[in-house]
Amino acid sequence: MRIAVVVNEGPYTHQASDSALQFVRAALDKGHEIFRVFFYHDGVNNGTRLTVPPQDDRNLQRAWSELALTKNLDLVVCIAAAQRRGVLDAKEAKRHGKDGDNIAPGFRISGLGQLIEAGIEADRLVTFGD
Amino acid sequence: MSENPRKKFLYVNRKAPYGTIYALESLEVVLIGAAFEQDVALAFLDDGVFQLAEGQNATAIGMKNFSKTYRALGDYEVRKLYVERESLSERGLSLEDLMPIVYEDEDEDYAQKPSIHMVDRAELAQLIGDSDVVLSF
Amino acid sequence: MSTLHTVNKSPYERFALASCLAHVAPGDALLMLEDGVLGARRSGAFAARLAEADRAVAVYAIGPDLEARGVKREDVAEGVEIVGYEGFVDLVANHARVCAWL
Repeated sequence: MRIAVVVNEGPYTHQASDSALQFVRAALDKGHEIFRVFFYHDGVNNGTRLTVPPQDDRNLQRAWSELALTKNLDLVVCIAAAQRRGVLDAKEAKRHGKDGDNIAPGFRISGLGQLIEAGIEADRLVTFGD
Repeated sequence: MSENPRKKFLYVNRKAPYGTIYALESLEVVLIGAAFEQDVALAFLDDGVFQLAEGQNATAIGMKNFSKTYRALGDYEVRKLYVERESLSERGLSLEDLMPIVYEDEDEDYAQKPSIHMVDRAELAQLIGDSDVVLSF
Repeated sequence: MSTLHTVNKSPYERFALASCLAHVAPGDALLMLEDGVLGARRSGAFAARLAEADRAVAVYAIGPDLEARGVKREDVAEGVEIVGYEGFVDLVANHARVCAWL
């Protein structure tokens, strides 16, 4: 099965990102395809590489980045939600005259159309939120 | 665009506007989604019915009043706004308390028709069961 | 074709579980996850509602979320089946759509 996942909340404050990560890992282990993980609302905050969580706790951003790179996942951060919340890649930072960018490896910034496309192309869509 | 047949998208709106961003950002998905020519319906239940309340004025809270965007949905070919009757009555609201939202029917000389359809709980459950993709915010 | 409904907030905090139960159809499944599993406690106010719902829909709770919150197997209400994330994936595959009650 081709599964699309939507993550509506940021790391740590809500369990959404953790649950989504566990779900994605289980789905891959069962041989399903994860078509895309789309990060919306505060979910875009999962995609910043500047987090410094405590050493004795899980590092959600790193977990997502590693999963993206080792399993070739498409992690998409919504551009509109990201702009509101300050998650930028180098191109966006330059475009808006910001003095830095913070997108984490394995994530890419794109439009809401990617969410709709995921709904169209995948067999199932699962949402993790508040 | 996809080669697949049109899918039925149902947007589930259950939260009031302004206290959280979900109402606004879900509307942004609807507007972008319109370009994909799928079969789109919006469901308003629980506190989601407040998103369609008439007379919103966000000036004093310093926020953008995005309620007029619902009125423009007809221009985006989004014509099916299902409002749950029980959710309205539990909140002491009636259809008259909601914004009048219409679309222009090109098959009937652009006659204005209501986009809001009142449904009861059982019908709304049926709507969920009839859809292909459910988006929740 | 049936729907998998997910509820992730506690029914003591949020109306989501009650609203979900009012919208399920026979043959659907309900999965409680995260704080939503607190509704599955046998001694809680929602156990009876879940047992009643169980006649028409299959009710599940994520085991890891129960464990995290100190809810033992024997504390889980009648009719609630405990599953892991693999079970969650199977539920998604076996139902036509997922409706998240956030």
